[in-house]
Amino acid sequence: MNALPEPKAQTAPTPGAAVFELIEVEKTFQIRPPGRRFTRETVGLKALDGVRLRVDKGTSLALVGESGSGKSTLLRVLLGLDAPTGGRALYHGRPIREARAIGRDFARDVAMVYQDARGSLDPRMTIEALIAEPLRHFNIVPKDQIKSRVAELLNRVGLPTDAARRYPAGLSGGQVRRVAIARALASEPSVLVADEAVSGLDVSTQAQLLTLLRRLQKDMGLTLVFITHDLGVASYLCEEIAIMYLGRIVETGPTDAVLNAPAHPYAAALRAAAPRFFEPMPDPLPGEIPSPLDLPKGCRFSTRCPAAQPDCQTRDPQLGRFGPARAVACFHPLASPET
Amino acid sequence: MTHTNLLTVSDLTVHRGAAKILDRVNLSIAKGETLALVGESGAGKSTIATALMQLLDGAEVEGRAELQEAGDLLSLPARQMVKLRGRRLSMIFQDAGAALNPAYTVGRQLTTTLRRNLGLTRSAAHAKAIELFTSVGINDAEARLSAFPHQLSGGMQQRVMVAIALACNPDLLLADEPTSALDVTIQAQIIRLILSLTRERGASCIFVLHDLALASQSCDRIVVLYAGQVVESGPARDVLTHHRHPYTRQLESCVVEIGRHDLVAPEGAVPPHDQMPKGCRFATRCPRALDRCAVEAPPLTPANPARTGALDHVFACWNPE
Ligand SMILES: Nc1ncnc2c1ncn2[C@@H]1O[C@H](COP(=O)(O)OP(=O)(O)OP(=O)(O)O)[C@@H](O)[C@H]1O
Ligand SMILES: Nc1ncnc2c1ncn2[C@@H]1O[C@H](COP(=O)(O)OP(=O)(O)O)[C@@H](O)[C@H]1O
Ligand code: SF4
Ligand code: SF4
Ligand SMILES: [Mg+2]
Ligand SMILES: [Mg+2]
Repeated sequence: MNALPEPKAQTAPTPGAAVFELIEVEKTFQIRPPGRRFTRETVGLKALDGVRLRVDKGTSLALVGESGSGKSTLLRVLLGLDAPTGGRALYHGRPIREARAIGRDFARDVAMVYQDARGSLDPRMTIEALIAEPLRHFNIVPKDQIKSRVAELLNRVGLPTDAARRYPAGLSGGQVRRVAIARALASEPSVLVADEAVSGLDVSTQAQLLTLLRRLQKDMGLTLVFITHDLGVASYLCEEIAIMYLGRIVETGPTDAVLNAPAHPYAAALRAAAPRFFEPMPDPLPGEIPSPLDLPKGCRFSTRCPAAQPDCQTRDPQLGRFGPARAVACFHPLASPET
Repeated sequence: MTHTNLLTVSDLTVHRGAAKILDRVNLSIAKGETLALVGESGAGKSTIATALMQLLDGAEVEGRAELQEAGDLLSLPARQMVKLRGRRLSMIFQDAGAALNPAYTVGRQLTTTLRRNLGLTRSAAHAKAIELFTSVGINDAEARLSAFPHQLSGGMQQRVMVAIALACNPDLLLADEPTSALDVTIQAQIIRLILSLTRERGASCIFVLHDLALASQSCDRIVVLYAGQVVESGPARDVLTHHRHPYTRQLESCVVEIGRHDLVAPEGAVPPHDQMPKGCRFATRCPRALDRCAVEAPPLTPANPARTGALDHVFACWNPE
């Protein structure tokens, strides 16, 4: 095959075609107790604590939550970079770490775009060399076609062909992110995983990248897992959303449904804090996310929850069905499930 | 009625070598008012704020910035400027972690400001510091005074910055993207805090913001900058809902509101300084450009001929919407 494969027509995801499935995933880091630098003793920090998640083929999922909620750790588990310390993390039904160890197929199929795009690109390599690297590594095209494939990929992400000869330092922040996307697409993956891939950019550059990502996702039928702290970005780009708090998913479902009527008080607080034209600024959520070393008793959100009841401090709510397509981890959800 | 304005900036122009970073910027702020500077990266927002503080390095500054009862901030001798900083105007930066000194406790940094600027004794400064920490919402203020910056979260660091900036009751606060490194929940806390404290003290505030929706929620007036020039300014509602400049529309159309599924991204980027169009600087990207736009720079024009005050709605465009 010479040309870039024709975009696959988007087919409705077949039920049961889970790309990723996380079952009660736990990730505990052993760290030195804070403030005690010279001890050998360690304490366990639960960065992920009972995560249940399913990502179907061809869907787009946004992972949102405050800094420290465990989004990046969850991504590292999905990529097989970190092994869960509990529960099961599956890729097409097989443990992710095993799938990753077996051969190149996993690395070829699941591509990653990092937040620090510039830092992830070797400054001494030209853009052409950077994009050619995965083409060679995965034997995507014969040697003599690498140049033309690089040109096609540049075109696909909206960069001029002459960008091939430039170095990362000669490109703007938005262009560097496009290079990172082109590089991720080079191995012809079916899954694209991105950590804050559009944050810290100007609104116009961000809009350009968002429309690009959405077009690529639709045209190529990509499965997209997208970490963002911006609910507007989540709502534009992703059909599904999973909201994390202190190592656990507290609400998940179709993005529009969840954001129109959040059921979990934390989801509602995030929704209210997102700026909206000319709306009066709402009362902000009090306090900050607690340390995972010192989890609140009962519901982990109870220390900041405006809807907390006495029973919230005694029992820990699990993520449970909330209507046909949603799930929420709260004893006193704000919305009622649609039937 | 310029005499009621706390600050009047006229024809502020900044060069770095051959590049004209700011080009005849005019803006005013009334007493007790909040103003947002918005525009793409590199538009010159931070340059305006740093020039007003006389903290701009390696640049040539022209024009005037008249602060009520103080004179021209741009030409005041350094000695006098030192006295004004903190007392009449102060600045908060995006990265509070970098702005705070890592070698000293946050309490020491705050009491140093208090003792230097207000001449307080050690114990009076300590008491005032506790009061200030409490007023910016830091629980357990006494204990937090002895924390080093790195022991605090980004949100806490920014609260400390707010406490230091407002310690001596300045009447103008410059806040350069004070929340863009923070989560939305913490952003809402900090913006509300700055607004309520400045309002309480009758102080004015110039925010540099990226988010137009946030600007609409927090500011009385908006100044839109493009490539070092003011292209539109005026009351927030006029500028955002009755904008006349095509660039203001472009900025607005890029805001991804929740529930929005029809984003149209603008083409292109701001031209580099050595390729800036001679006429309207937006001409290379403007969907409404006329022939004259490329050669002749449009002047700022009142949106309503009957309202021509320094705080009223103006725009610079030959073919306005
Ligand atoms: N120290 C510096 N040396 C050289 N050029 C600079 C320096 N600081 C700023 N500039 C240039 O001045 C122009 C205006 O920069 P400024 O930092 O004021 O923009 P800004 O509107 O605050 O952008 P941002 O949204 O990225 O903070 C830009 O073209 C920038 O590259
Ligand atoms: N390698 C690590 N060692 C120890 N703690 C970690 C490590 N990575 C993450 N953490 C901790 O796990 C929690 C979740 O972190 P992270 O996944 O980075 O959250 P997010 O991406 O949502 O900001 C945080 O408390 C963080 O400090
Ligand atoms: S379980 Fe209780 S504390 Fe937890 S989110 Fe629900 S209402 Fe709030
Ligand atoms: S002056 Fe011309 S180019 Fe500039 S914004 Fe107006 S129409 Fe567009
Ligand atoms: Mg992260
Ligand atoms: Mg700036």
